[in-house]
Amino acid sequence: MSSRDLILGRVRAALRDAPVVAAVPREYRPAGTNRADLEVLVDRLVDYKAEVYRVTSAEVAATAARLAGEGGAVLVPPGLPGEWRPEGAYADENLTPDRIAEAGAVLTAAAVAVAETGTIVLDASPDQGRRIITLLPDVHVCVLRPDQVVASVPDAIARLEPGRPLTWISGPSATSDIELNRVEGVHGPRHLHVLILTD
Amino acid sequence: MRIAFFATCLADTLFPEAAKATVRLLERLGHEVVFPFEQTCCGQMHINTGYQKEALPLVKRYASTFDPYDVIVVPSGSCAGSIRHQHAMVASAYGDAGLAARSESVAARTYELSELLIDVLGIEDVGAYYPHRVTYHPTCHSLRMIRVGDKPLRLLRKVRGLDLVELPGAEQCCGFGGTFAVKNAETSTAMLADKMTSIVSTGADVCTAGDTSCLMHIGGGLNRLRTGVKTVHLAEILASTEYS
Amino acid sequence: MTFLGMPVTAPRGVGHLRGDQPFPEAAREALGNSQLRRNLRHATTTIRGKSGRVIAELPDWQQLRDAGSAIKADVMSRLPELLEQLEERVTAAGGVVHWAADANEANAIVTDLVRRTGSERVIKVKSMATQEIGLNEALEAAGITPVETDLAELIVQLGDDKPSHILVPAIHRNRSEIREIFLRAMPGVDPALTDDPPVLAAAARRYLRETFLSTKVAVSGANFAIADTGTLGVVESEGNGRMCLTLPDTLITVMGIEKVLPTWGDLEVFLQLLPRASTGERMNPYTTMWTGVTPGDGPQNFHLVLLDNGRSAVLADPAGRSALHCIRCSACLNVCPVYERTGGHSYGSVYPGPIGAVLSPQLTGVADNASLPYASSLCGACFDACPVKIDIPSMLVHLRNKVPHPPAERAAMAAAARIMNRPRLYASAQRAAKMARIVGRRGRGLPPPLSGWTAGRDLPEFPKQTFRDWWAQREQP
Repeated sequence: MSSRDLILGRVRAALRDAPVVAAVPREYRPAGTNRADLEVLVDRLVDYKAEVYRVTSAEVAATAARLAGEGGAVLVPPGLPGEWRPEGAYADENLTPDRIAEAGAVLTAAAVAVAETGTIVLDASPDQGRRIITLLPDVHVCVLRPDQVVASVPDAIARLEPGRPLTWISGPSATSDIELNRVEGVHGPRHLHVLILTD
Repeated sequence: MRIAFFATCLADTLFPEAAKATVRLLERLGHEVVFPFEQTCCGQMHINTGYQKEALPLVKRYASTFDPYDVIVVPSGSCAGSIRHQHAMVASAYGDAGLAARSESVAARTYELSELLIDVLGIEDVGAYYPHRVTYHPTCHSLRMIRVGDKPLRLLRKVRGLDLVELPGAEQCCGFGGTFAVKNAETSTAMLADKMTSIVSTGADVCTAGDTSCLMHIGGGLNRLRTGVKTVHLAEILASTEYS
Repeated sequence: MTFLGMPVTAPRGVGHLRGDQPFPEAAREALGNSQLRRNLRHATTTIRGKSGRVIAELPDWQQLRDAGSAIKADVMSRLPELLEQLEERVTAAGGVVHWAADANEANAIVTDLVRRTGSERVIKVKSMATQEIGLNEALEAAGITPVETDLAELIVQLGDDKPSHILVPAIHRNRSEIREIFLRAMPGVDPALTDDPPVLAAAARRYLRETFLSTKVAVSGANFAIADTGTLGVVESEGNGRMCLTLPDTLITVMGIEKVLPTWGDLEVFLQLLPRASTGERMNPYTTMWTGVTPGDGPQNFHLVLLDNGRSAVLADPAGRSALHCIRCSACLNVCPVYERTGGHSYGSVYPGPIGAVLSPQLTGVADNASLPYASSLCGACFDACPVKIDIPSMLVHLRNKVPHPPAERAAMAAAARIMNRPRLYASAQRAAKMARIVGRRGRGLPPPLSGWTAGRDLPEFPKQTFRDWWAQREQP
């Protein structure tokens, strides 16, 4: 007998008492309960050590270039809106990890942001790129349109497409492993900058 | 009101003052107290140590002894918790459906002392007088099993002469836990040490609670260390007046 | 029915579900280590405060707990169909599903998969399931080096230590001890390393960076798997999870069968419960979700190993099966007064604390972990803290009723029950006990096993009269 059949058989045997379970009570705040509050998002982002800037679309490129600093060029996903792309930026076209890691910053769009938790979700769309490009550079600059901001986790779940690779990001890389205090800066980007578009 | 009194084996045997105080208090408030002699122990020690089958006669005994009464009071959150949350379970596992139903019915008429006073008798000021600095330890089963909430504190706040001081880390277990104190004596003692430090830090001369079991544990430690802090059951404070 | 196999417990001789000694003995050592107790107290106090604050921010925390609890009960009641659905969706998305009846089979599957890639090293994301089955030992025996990449796991691995907490396996170590471990065991570490936590975190970053980039295989656990989409998720903080789940060519995920959730929408409950209950954050820094294989992005070979290893035996007990609802947040550890004083090693199993005291004995069979159900004062703090409302105290009582009892204790308990069931005999026993105390020593020094009580506490003075006798006297005209 295969282990598959063995395990499923054991599980069925374990459930011989045919437990009857009540319907799941969903009295919590469902998607659509609250309107997204940009101020809450900013508050939560800052609380978890992300830096927030309010810029127009025209200012994205210069801001990203400035945040990359002297450290290196800005890496962008192939589908980033041209208007946002800084001078001298290079696009990810199957770059090697080394080429990705040497970027001064990576500049991407986002899929959704959750105000209540200060979370940005990337779904690997062309304006966000492969997951690796937001992982290896030390600075991540992420552009948000206000209409991408939702109030709570249920709102985000309702908007996202589960078949895509999803990365939920709440602040820069951190750990609580030393005396259970949150310390920023382990393996992921140590700097997260969020540019909220004002136009 | 006619109130049946379940004294608990521990108060009956070792802490009769707590039991007597419960009687005096309820009689002073104008109620008739009945003590059915057929009562012994609720069986919690057996149940919590893993002897549910052995506890069955005690569960049965509690149900048959107290079934004739509409209101039953027990001066222990822990025994009340066992009666309410464990008796029907033992009855259905080792007895029969009839006993389980009766256990459930009697349990619904069983009240811990502060519940009886506030929820059933609707009284917060019992007219007590107790000129001491007192801190209250909200025993785990009163707090989390039967959820008496702040009822004991509401009663204590109305006691004249009583200086109520807050206990730091009040909701932490004192480490008693029935046979836990014997089977894991060292861990239990470590928990007790922290509880005693908190009690002594309040400067209270009396530590009170709604359970003689936890008080026996805490009192045994405070006594060993000669802290001078006494442990007194809530009923004894509420029963005290200027004249007694 | 039986030809398909009855539920069985986790096998002996493999993995980390059984300790070498009973809890009270193991606890003795921990209780005597004042540094350990200070570390634990500091850490658990910190996390309780943080968690309490972010839970208070949610107006619907109790409703989320109710939903989480009910979803898990629903999952258990129809686990076979959900697992079959998950298998189908993962396979359709390009993954390969394997079934492991126990730790030995899971270790063999993973070892074989790694061998086939030709890699002699794997990078690992912290995972309870792989610790449970002793995967690292199995890989090492096959000549494959497992590298733990979670900071706390790295501290444990470099310190040749054992994990002591579900979430923070090195919770028993403070910053200066971590610094010493790094100086001693981390190749290439800066000798000027300080014990400043950001400096320690940066040292781990430097140490692991090259390993992340050069290792072709990763092994992970999973916080959840969605049956209706085939999506898996790992919730983490440091980015080591993202590295492992994104960079290698091959990803092998080992997951207990109980981790499946029915629908994508159910995540809206657990992604709110888990971070707030576990690290006390509104959201953990990183969560990665993947569905099979995505061409051009991330690992191109994905294997999911579904693990039983005693779970079906847990499921078979209606009064114990909700232990499988656990989402491994460790809130129960952080509020437990016993855990706070004894630490995780005392429990012997990779699952310590209150949840471990109910889960480990059920996975192994109660006889192999007979002391664990007693490692609790039944204070109930764990039940209140549990985000999926597992009634741990009631389950402990249930398991105590199943463990084999010492014959002397059984005889004493039976005798006590017999006396207590005869009120007249009971009354004379009360008087006899008093007499025994009068002739015996006062207050101190009971014989074993009761000597544990008198080691730290006095006994109460016996009263002159029992309440029963007082009442009888009072009733007389």
